[in-house]
Amino acid sequence: MLESILSYGLAVGAVYALIGITYNVMFSASRVFSFTAGMLGMLGGVLGALFIAKMGMPAIVGFVLVLACGAVLGLVTEVLTVRPVLKSIEQHLYVLSTLAFALMVQQLTAVEWGTEAQPFPRLIPIGPGWLDQQFWLPMLACAVTIVGLELLYRKTLIGRAFLACAEDSYAARALGLPETQLRMASFALAGVIGTLAGFTGAEMLLAFFGNQSILNFYGFVPVALGGMGSNRGAVVGGLALGLFQQAANFLVGGIFAAVAVFVVFIIVLLLRPEGLAGASAARRV
Amino acid sequence: MTDTAAPAQPARALSLARIEGALPWIALGLVGLLLPLLDDSYIGVIAQRAYIYWILSAGLNLVVGYAGQIAIGWVSMLTLGAYTTAALTAGTATPAWHPYLALVAGGAVGALAGVIVGLPALRLRTFYFAMTTLGFATIVTQVALAWKDVTGGGVGTPGPVFPWPFDPGWGFYYFCFILAALATWMTANLASSRFGRALVAIRDSEVAAEASGVAKSRLLVAVFLFAGALGGVAGGLFASLQSYITPDAFTFEMSVLFFIAILIGGRGSILGPALGTIVLTVLPEFAAPLVQWSTFLYAAMLLAIVLLVPGGIADLLDYKNRRPLEQHREIVPRPELLGRVLGARVASSAITLENIALHFGGVRAIDGLDLEIKSGEVHGLIGPNGSGKTTTLNVISGYYRPNTGLLELDGADLPFDQPQARAGYRIARTFQTPRLVGSASVLENVKIGGTVDGEGSFTESILALPRHHRDEKQIKQAAMQALAAVGLESLANVRADRLQHSELRFVEIARALMLRPAFLLLDEPAAGLSAEEIRRLGALIVAISREGTGVLLVEHHADLIFDICDRVTVLNLGKVLAAGTPAEIRAHREVVSAYLGA
Repeated sequence: MLESILSYGLAVGAVYALIGITYNVMFSASRVFSFTAGMLGMLGGVLGALFIAKMGMPAIVGFVLVLACGAVLGLVTEVLTVRPVLKSIEQHLYVLSTLAFALMVQQLTAVEWGTEAQPFPRLIPIGPGWLDQQFWLPMLACAVTIVGLELLYRKTLIGRAFLACAEDSYAARALGLPETQLRMASFALAGVIGTLAGFTGAEMLLAFFGNQSILNFYGFVPVALGGMGSNRGAVVGGLALGLFQQAANFLVGGIFAAVAVFVVFIIVLLLRPEGLAGASAARRV
Repeated sequence: MTDTAAPAQPARALSLARIEGALPWIALGLVGLLLPLLDDSYIGVIAQRAYIYWILSAGLNLVVGYAGQIAIGWVSMLTLGAYTTAALTAGTATPAWHPYLALVAGGAVGALAGVIVGLPALRLRTFYFAMTTLGFATIVTQVALAWKDVTGGGVGTPGPVFPWPFDPGWGFYYFCFILAALATWMTANLASSRFGRALVAIRDSEVAAEASGVAKSRLLVAVFLFAGALGGVAGGLFASLQSYITPDAFTFEMSVLFFIAILIGGRGSILGPALGTIVLTVLPEFAAPLVQWSTFLYAAMLLAIVLLVPGGIADLLDYKNRRPLEQHREIVPRPELLGRVLGARVASSAITLENIALHFGGVRAIDGLDLEIKSGEVHGLIGPNGSGKTTTLNVISGYYRPNTGLLELDGADLPFDQPQARAGYRIARTFQTPRLVGSASVLENVKIGGTVDGEGSFTESILALPRHHRDEKQIKQAAMQALAAVGLESLANVRADRLQHSELRFVEIARALMLRPAFLLLDEPAAGLSAEEIRRLGALIVAISREGTGVLLVEHHADLIFDICDRVTVLNLGKVLAAGTPAEIRAHREVVSAYLGA
């Protein structure tokens, strides 16, 4: 039982962490929390199953195509739902515009793909136990993503430009950084990460349109725990959430797990609104 | 315009507007009352669904439309109310309850859940609250699926059947109708009360709401309780209407429907969202082939509204506020009215700052400041940009907590970090950039300043009890007087966002006067005013101080400062460079070289 709590918990946790990172990448670029994070996760699974199982593409082609779709959706999100409302960010219209767009995509999926959860093809036939793809694939994806992002942000010029924009977009623009292009690139990157999360986690979570709202919420919990914009915080928070959820599922049942996660979420928000490892304060007057 | 006619005209216009505003409600009520004459049970069911949705939306409208809190998962209140009522009536968890009692319990559970979900909204960013309501909706559905003993899990559970007089059929129809009418009446009462105005102020200008003494947390908790209760009751009725409920019946998409109804209708309106709810409930009935696309269309509508008409239909229909205003308006304050506006007040004598220091990181914004503001005096605070003038004002009005130092009112400590408590001490302020509610009328904006003076409670306002009416009458009278004193009574019913910049500054002063302030802190009130307006402003400020109010005037216009101040303090780099009478300051060598110029 311990083994299945660990394997399943860490795998689900890695998916949550990746969705959390998706939120963060978009947030850093625009100060916008976008409800499209869960949508990307849901689509990663659905599109993967569509391309590989339904249309019979080779796994690697399907995989690349899914990520490409994610990048395009990220761009559409930026152009359609974020840029028009950035001017009046204090009105928080982005909450509604991104939610509306995510819902449209979700409903399109429900109508065209169906409302039943469908299985995701097995890509690498080894197993069982820890070798099972459904466990190690999300964890690998999470590790690759976090290492890749660290390298991007710390070692490359474009990554530093991302950071500069996240830190102070006015100053970045004054330095001549192409803020709009960088924001678009961030949203495309977020699209790739979000669909990667969905793709790698889909054998476990299935290709199901309803995953959207679940991933939206459980992917945001790590962000709240780890602090906005902190990718490492999101990974720690996501893995902890996955483990906690699975342990509670096995030991005391699903009702308690769901309620407990929610209670912890609210309490953390109230006591440490800046996350368990973060600090931020804004001047208002 | 003569003096006597000026205040009377807006009043008459207002009562006309009230009758005009009631007409759509009377029409809706008549249709609702007479609908059973058609004796068509299909129409009856649709109408009942519209009533039930509206009962929930009416409460949600206060949360979303008035307070501006983005509660996207409010469907969870419907779910909770439905399951509570159904389970209690069926007796799956406890001995069976009477259906009406179970409905009340559904409301109570909804109220409780409303507060729990709302807690993060009390101190956090909007997005967190949106996310909590979404998470709560997800979790309530998960629990409904998993808790099979009580909810029947995926199979579902029968809804309650209400006995006579509201038994299924037209009896139940009237039950829903009456409750919907009640919900409308109660939310309308609240919206037009000082609590409703405070909610709008929280939405559009939170800082100004605090400065006017609006206790945000307490008010929001009360609103969440009320909106949750309405949602819970709607849920109980919904369960009865459906006659059998499963978790599938409460999709997240329903939340979107409620939300869009409010946004289409327009924020800060009640009629708009009511019509929106009716339209969105009825619409799918006419478009059967589109049913599977309905949520997609709702979402597309939401996106279109947000991007194209964020003000909603109510804004588009607001023809009155498109009539052109008089072009060359003059602000003519009437300081002689100040006596009536300010009235008899608790006598305070001085606010004292002792050795106040405040650092932002490495920047010493204020560095050991002593200052005394006395009643009946105009105290000027001048200095170059970045010398700490506005920071000082923010410390006094409770927005910043200094690192060291004492802040006292008549020898007793003034608590730091509590801007919303300043109104209770009769310390009022204005802002460098006027903080007003653009979508509300000038009069409504000024009334916000009278929030702390009401005596009636939240509940009394919901039920329109006598104290509510007395408060409203008194606040309105005071607001008209304050507007007359600053010379803006002819603009009382105009939307604030149509005013000129200089007029906004005087509106802010009128709002501050509503507090009958013992101390008034003005942050660059002359910025952007013409020379003539500055002269009138100066006379008004002097007159306010002669009524016994202590005025702190942060300004860059040296002429105004030297004309009207009794004492002047000059700041430089967070320290006092000089202090004294205007004549002394004007002769001060360092001040002249550092700030005034030769």
